[in-house]
Amino acid sequence: MNFNNQQTTTNNQQQNKNNCKKLKLSGLEPLIIDENSNFINVGERTNVAGSRKFLRLIKEEKYDEALEIARNQVEGGAQIIDINMDDGLIDGEKAMVDFMNLIAAEPDIARVPIMIDSSKWEIMEAGLQVAQGKCVVNSISLKEGEEAFIHHATLIKRYGAAAIIMAFDELGQADNYQRRLEIAKRSYDILVNQVGFPPQDIIFDLNIFPVATGMDEHKTNATDFIEATRWVKENLPCVSVSGGLSNVSFSFRGNNTVREAMHSVFLFHAIKAGMNMGIVNPTMLEIYDEIPKDLLEHIEDVILNRRDDATERLLEFSETVKGTKKEQKIDLSWREKSLQDRVTHALVKGVDAYIIEDIEEARQQATEPVEVIENNLMTGMNVVGELFGSGKMFLPQVVKSARVMKKAVAYLTPYIEETKEAGARGVGKILMATVKGDVHDIGKNIVSVVLACNNYKIIDLGVMVPPEKIIDAAKKENVDIIGLSGLITPSLDEMVFLAKEMERQNFKVPLLIGGATTSKAHTAVKIDPEYEYGVFHVLDASKAVTVVGDLLNKKESKLYVKSVKEDYEKVREGFYSRAKKKEFLSLTQARENKFQIDWENENIPTPKFIGTKVFDNIHLKKLVNYIDWTPFFRTWELHGKFPSILTDEKVGEEASKLYTDAQKMLKNIISKNLLKAKAVFGIFPANSVDDDDIEVYDNSFRDSVKAKFITLRQQGKKRKDIANFALADFIAPKKSKEDYIGTFCVSTGFGTDELARQFEAEHEDYEAIMVKSIADRLAEALAEYLHQEVRRQFWGYASDEHFKNSDLVKEKYSGIRPAPGYPSCPDHTEKRIIWDLLNVEENIGVKLTEGLSMWPAASVSGYYFANEKSKYFGLGKITKEQVQDFAKRKNMDLEEATRWLQPNINE
Amino acid sequence: MKKKIEEIIKDKILILDGAMGTMIQQYNFTEEDFRGERFKDFPASLKGNNDLLSITQPEAIKEIHKKYLEAGADIIETNTFSGTTIAMADYQMEDLVYELNFQSAKIAKEVADEFTKNEPHKPRFVVGSMGPTNKTASMSPEVNDPGFRAITFEELKTAYKQQAEALIDGGADLLMVETVFDTLNAKAALFAIEEIKAERKINIPIMVSGTITDASGRTLSGQTAEAFLISVSHIPLLTVGLNCALGAKQLTPYLQIISDKSNFGVSAHPNAGLPNAFGEYDETPEDMAEQIKEYLDKNLVNIVGGCCGTTPAHIKAIAEVVKGYKPR
Repeated sequence: MNFNNQQTTTNNQQQNKNNCKKLKLSGLEPLIIDENSNFINVGERTNVAGSRKFLRLIKEEKYDEALEIARNQVEGGAQIIDINMDDGLIDGEKAMVDFMNLIAAEPDIARVPIMIDSSKWEIMEAGLQVAQGKCVVNSISLKEGEEAFIHHATLIKRYGAAAIIMAFDELGQADNYQRRLEIAKRSYDILVNQVGFPPQDIIFDLNIFPVATGMDEHKTNATDFIEATRWVKENLPCVSVSGGLSNVSFSFRGNNTVREAMHSVFLFHAIKAGMNMGIVNPTMLEIYDEIPKDLLEHIEDVILNRRDDATERLLEFSETVKGTKKEQKIDLSWREKSLQDRVTHALVKGVDAYIIEDIEEARQQATEPVEVIENNLMTGMNVVGELFGSGKMFLPQVVKSARVMKKAVAYLTPYIEETKEAGARGVGKILMATVKGDVHDIGKNIVSVVLACNNYKIIDLGVMVPPEKIIDAAKKENVDIIGLSGLITPSLDEMVFLAKEMERQNFKVPLLIGGATTSKAHTAVKIDPEYEYGVFHVLDASKAVTVVGDLLNKKESKLYVKSVKEDYEKVREGFYSRAKKKEFLSLTQARENKFQIDWENENIPTPKFIGTKVFDNIHLKKLVNYIDWTPFFRTWELHGKFPSILTDEKVGEEASKLYTDAQKMLKNIISKNLLKAKAVFGIFPANSVDDDDIEVYDNSFRDSVKAKFITLRQQGKKRKDIANFALADFIAPKKSKEDYIGTFCVSTGFGTDELARQFEAEHEDYEAIMVKSIADRLAEALAEYLHQEVRRQFWGYASDEHFKNSDLVKEKYSGIRPAPGYPSCPDHTEKRIIWDLLNVEENIGVKLTEGLSMWPAASVSGYYFANEKSKYFGLGKITKEQVQDFAKRKNMDLEEATRWLQPNINE
Repeated sequence: MKKKIEEIIKDKILILDGAMGTMIQQYNFTEEDFRGERFKDFPASLKGNNDLLSITQPEAIKEIHKKYLEAGADIIETNTFSGTTIAMADYQMEDLVYELNFQSAKIAKEVADEFTKNEPHKPRFVVGSMGPTNKTASMSPEVNDPGFRAITFEELKTAYKQQAEALIDGGADLLMVETVFDTLNAKAALFAIEEIKAERKINIPIMVSGTITDASGRTLSGQTAEAFLISVSHIPLLTVGLNCALGAKQLTPYLQIISDKSNFGVSAHPNAGLPNAFGEYDETPEDMAEQIKEYLDKNLVNIVGGCCGTTPAHIKAIAEVVKGYKPR
């Protein structure tokens, strides 16, 4: 194998200005420099040789503050930052590596390329080994001869960096025009022709020396540089020219006004000559046009060497313009915002400079110090989470946010410990592991550190952790939460397995699921059902903090766990009804797998009442205790369970106000009898026939069929031992035993429309909606009440039943009352049969619209199934085969049947 | 002598193979299968060490290579994604790295040569796959110590050098530094390859393929697609491109950037869509080929193939759709 690979650089000699490639550098973001680019500012303050403050900070290892200097430069407009650690008292190699590694963790600094500045090759090489972007090395030269020069240039090319080439050779530094040219030309030829160094990656530093020193030989220092720059740019294709600007004004240390103006003047002329980059302190730069005319003239005389007495004149003049200090250009306007905004800003931007003072302010406002974490800081972290989730922040920033968070928490900790509750609250202990068979741990580690930042104790079991080890460690350490991570597909099964194990071993701690292949859907569908206590899919590290916070917050965790459980339940329902690829059984197979009740040994009580009964004026007061308020709040988009929602931190206040208003209106409705409650129900002899249908009989001889309910059967392929349900399964088949079915319709809607219209007319929309939402609740309450009466009194199979309302809400009683149009029987047309059977419209006035919804809206209708094994289920998707069969049984044409059942038909 | 790939790539778009892991999964190998006779008493669990299968189940690996070649792949990747001492440390198999890479290249080469022999007009190539390892050189795994690094450039360079040498010795025609989530890791790999090239006075075409992790459009280590491109362009590359993490559709805007800004050839081997709720990649071959067609219509690529979730059927569909398109 010997490919004749053409080096990209061999043709470079022929390159002229027009076909030069661009100088491309990178930090986290690109920096592209070509002829059309503006002058490139290289920040110079992170240089121990140039900044005493930076030197001191590095010596004292105050890296936080040193990083602030780097950040200020970038915020101040530096497009590259120069880093120099050359000092006799510093371990330069270590300092370079440490500082560059720290910068890599600061995305708002690391976005720009780095100029690795040292006179020692070892330090530069150490820097090159820790930079992912394309850097600039500052500098190499012919100082130590060609061999070393070629060797270093070859390595720089291999590391992938551009290089500053000093005008320096074996004889010394170029200090006049001619020497600058000679050294530049020689360096260029060696680099391009012998090393194959891309010419666009060559940046010459042609030595900026001080002017106005008082020495005659220094008078041409500026002009020599400027003219040499012009020559280099014209004769050495594709290169850039740079220089350290502050040197030029060295004589005027202490007089910033003059220095700033000198810098601007020098740059103005050097840039015109072709200098396109420079080590510049942007805050030490006056705008050329804003230099006062007289000062400008004196300075240009010096820079351009226009008069013999230029230096003396400038020295004299400079005394008159001694220094007003320039203000810093960092944007601190966010400091004027509200406390919460400031905390959020600090977290989002990862700025910790002010966090302590802000947190102290928050602490003084809070009743308890821990509230600062739970309110102020968590609010900020939630914003971070959202931004991260939507791709507007990326990982290193989030980790930085976590660091600010940690500082804040650390500050608060002593205060929290002072308060009595501290012990009770404690900090959580969290076990983290990447599951068996999976070696990916980056995400897990990030979550671990972010959580550790939030003061949780992390027990990290590492990667490929077998389930038994997780279980053992969890028990031994008595952890509060277990977090599992995985990246590859089989890990998902491992997580399911672990959930089962935890359930089997009776664990009572939350299980967190995270990792790239995990998802809310998978967690809800596959893992959550396996583990009773609670499984939580954590989208990302920032979400982990809020999830863990919610779980370990004594006040809220129960509510939170419950709400997630409910959410997953919904996801499951949605998933099962949506699932495209789902496997289906034929109708025959599904019927064979029907829910089995051992009818032989089943005791079916005979109802105490058979027939139809009407209640046309039920006292509303009776219903108040049967109201389930949770859906009422959901209607108002306040989420949470009643009654704990009233004290919920987020929505509690709003929920309480709403509840008070609702109570007021309810009282008013009851006392003035503004709504009418009516009900009708019937209990009839019935048996199931042909698997899926229920015949309702006229009389106890069961010889004449009064009506026939057509039920639908689940067809989705089930796991072993799980039946394909149809409502007919809950009624004894014909010729086995005598069974019964009930149906009902209730309404509390009479009067609602009139009331609502009155409110609307008075622009009281709030009240109008309130009336309707209360009427809905009353209708549900009436259905609950009637069902209870039926169970206890009329059917009488539960005459000794005594449940509190909360138990009713949880459907603890025996028997069900599914409603047509809901998951167990999505077929609305069954309502027509109920209406005929009960004479609903005649008896209580509730009408069916064309679309088969009930009027008034606050009405409920359905069936009663009394068998204690009957339960609610979701039909899910069914196949066209069943639709055809259903149409035939219903005596309906296929098109109409398809229309009614559409949402449930698997396409 | 077969034509050089640098020449061929000028005339046609080349097809890279699809996922190795996805294919291996279908075999449902047990711990015992992974161990084979040779490692039956090995102290660590070996299940999941896919690279090891080149030694313990070589016929399966060959069969996978063969299926991809039959599907129309011009280039097959060696089964060496984790073949560094760094990644193998998880299985305590650091000492086996040279052999793993050598064998993987060797069996891939055997199968490829067979196909070249039978179809001389369509020469097949073996690219040595060099994965990202499981450590990052420019990010700290410890939040409290952001300056900490779990791995150094030197360590990475040494590990990659060993892998690359073994791959070359085993017969790899090209090398691919792929699934780059931290550019510094990739730079260490490229540095190692350059050293080998200089020491052995050889030239071997190199492909580099980065990974944009999510909607932020950046690598895991935070670089934009263009910054990544700039950071690896100091080495003469056969191609630079993107793979993994995203499906063909989501990859398009970033591939566009690479294609616009790169002077090298451009490669893409996306996943079969994004993982569904169960972590499965379910984009069909037809759907994926349809997305790849957009690359072709936009003239974005020189080499195209598949990553996670792709199968010979995907590669076949891609090869089909590529016919009639000229390279970028």
